[in-house]
Amino acid sequence: MAENSDVWEVFIQNKNGLAHKHVGNVHAYDKVMALENARELYTRRNEGSCIWVVKATDIVSSESEDSEAFFDPSNDKMYRHPTFYTMPKGSKHI
Amino acid sequence: MSSLFTYTLRIADSSLILGQRMAEWCSKGPTLEEDIAMSNISLDLFGQSNGFYEYAAQLDGSKSANKLAFRRNEREFFNHQLAEQENGNFGTTTVRNFLHDAFNLLFYTQLSSSKDETLAALAAKSLKEVKYHLRHSSNWLIRLGDGTNESNARSQEALELLWQYTGELFEMDEIDNELLNLGIGVDNTALKTQWDEILNKTLKKAKLNRPEDGYMATGGKKGMHTEYLGFLLAEMQFLQRAYPDAKW
Amino acid sequence: MRQISYVLKYNLINLQYKFYKMTEENFQKRIDAEKKIEPKDWMPTDYRKHLVRQISQHAHSEVIGMQPEGNWISRAPSLRAKMILLAKVQDEAGHGLYLYSACETLGISREELVQQLHDGKAKYSSIFNYPTLSWADMGAIGWLVDGAAIVNQVSLQRTSYGPYSRGMVKICKEESFHQRQGYEIMAEMAKGTKEQKEMAQDALNRFWWPSIMMFGPQDSDSPRTRNAMKWKIKRQTNDELRQNFIDKTVGQAEIIGLIIPDKDLKWNKERGHYDFGEMDWNEFWNVVNGNGPCNKQRLAHHRRVHDEGEWVRNAAKEYARKQELVKSN
Repeated sequence: MAENSDVWEVFIQNKNGLAHKHVGNVHAYDKVMALENARELYTRRNEGSCIWVVKATDIVSSESEDSEAFFDPSNDKMYRHPTFYTMPKGSKHI
Repeated sequence: MSSLFTYTLRIADSSLILGQRMAEWCSKGPTLEEDIAMSNISLDLFGQSNGFYEYAAQLDGSKSANKLAFRRNEREFFNHQLAEQENGNFGTTTVRNFLHDAFNLLFYTQLSSSKDETLAALAAKSLKEVKYHLRHSSNWLIRLGDGTNESNARSQEALELLWQYTGELFEMDEIDNELLNLGIGVDNTALKTQWDEILNKTLKKAKLNRPEDGYMATGGKKGMHTEYLGFLLAEMQFLQRAYPDAKW
Repeated sequence: MRQISYVLKYNLINLQYKFYKMTEENFQKRIDAEKKIEPKDWMPTDYRKHLVRQISQHAHSEVIGMQPEGNWISRAPSLRAKMILLAKVQDEAGHGLYLYSACETLGISREELVQQLHDGKAKYSSIFNYPTLSWADMGAIGWLVDGAAIVNQVSLQRTSYGPYSRGMVKICKEESFHQRQGYEIMAEMAKGTKEQKEMAQDALNRFWWPSIMMFGPQDSDSPRTRNAMKWKIKRQTNDELRQNFIDKTVGQAEIIGLIIPDKDLKWNKERGHYDFGEMDWNEFWNVVNGNGPCNKQRLAHHRRVHDEGEWVRNAAKEYARKQELVKSN
């Protein structure tokens, strides 16, 4: 059976203004079919206003071995969060 | 039976019969994804038929949508003969649907401006669905026509088989003319030029040859059908006929 | 020289074993801490094997299940019933797709999974090896079979493997209309004509025992349950889930006036659960092992459809290939 199709990851925007969210994947032979298959599988219940499909092989992912180097350094820079700062008592709108 | 009633039934019947054919593909699709796609098309068609049957039932007053769908005999069904043609293989189904979808796109576009508000609203809603159906069947026709030698041969064969059912789509009888004059119905004959454009453009992309016009079947709108409709209705209507007093 | 190489080999294997044990300990710690395992995480070979088996069989069940239910779409007795049944069966196809996707994250292709089904290496839920002989069977299946599936799937939402868990959450959202569709059919028929009521009772009689057998063998006869619970693949045992389902369903049958075909069914005040009769485990194992009414028919249908679709898939592949060529020129 030499008719293996490609895997396409699917991202759906539920409503105008929201970001696209990853919902899963579909198999398809070309990008037109991928869009249609995504529509059939993931938007039967009013869930879509825009669909993106990307070939799974085109997705670049961070590696789990790199997680520490990639993500830990930002865990100790609490000064990036507003909760880090003590505001004078009674001050408003800041 | 008023002309408007019959006119509405014709539209409802074509949708129902084509929907029934598409539902037969459930669990039989060439891929699981396409199985879902065909079920969606079927659901759209059943939804369309339901809308038109409800309106017809209102017009008549004595029957419900279900009675209209399940208790009429073949001679009382007014769908296009094209709609009742068997699914055959995926090629035959794709060709049959493409020929019908292209017509429906043009038909519903015109019907959306009908002076009859209900028909216009039903047509506008159906139009959205038919746009997607035509896109789907066109894309598949192109894939099959411009795919392998085998898929091209099968699609060409299907075209030759089904071509004789296309003439009926563009006929105008006395009911069509009456409703056209009232600003309610569509001029089917006027749709032919645009239909030819869609056909020729898509067939070219699909590397398929347009068959010569030969014998053209006719009569669906008057209740004359092919050998297939009887079997389809027998299966579809069985429960309601076997248990006539039951409510389902 | 040979002695030294033996010592080296032994040390290497010992080292590998210690490393494996360490990572396996870390893995179990994550499981115990209710953390999800994702596709790129290290996992014991048996964990991966177990998941591939369980998820793929779950997926196959959804797809095979389309056959007995699809059997009545063309004969549905009203427009509404027809649309609802078609939408339901379509959902099952969708569930199959979600599950095949989840399974593929474990490093196996859909083509291989389908081959396993065709070769008889992978199984599917035995309930679908029973025939659907009347419209009431659509009611019984929705109410009981989807009902049992819901009990199982709600529990599986908390399974340890991320993609499987997320698939279950999605499926559970869609499944509840399935059960309501079935229960509604049974309720209407039970209060309909005499023939309708008999048809509904007959369907219940035929589907009750196969439905409760969906939860699998008793815990005492289920060797896989131990690992499945340890690795939090399963969150509740077969017997727990089965009891849960029976407790929920007895009252539902009473309300619509149908009789569950189990003379030993009785509320047990001390246990706080329904006692129920002995299942026919001969029948269970027979059907699981291929000797049910529809086993051959279901597989033959799946194989035939797959073969008949090959020219279409080839065409799509060839068309896509040609388009790529055109693009790159």
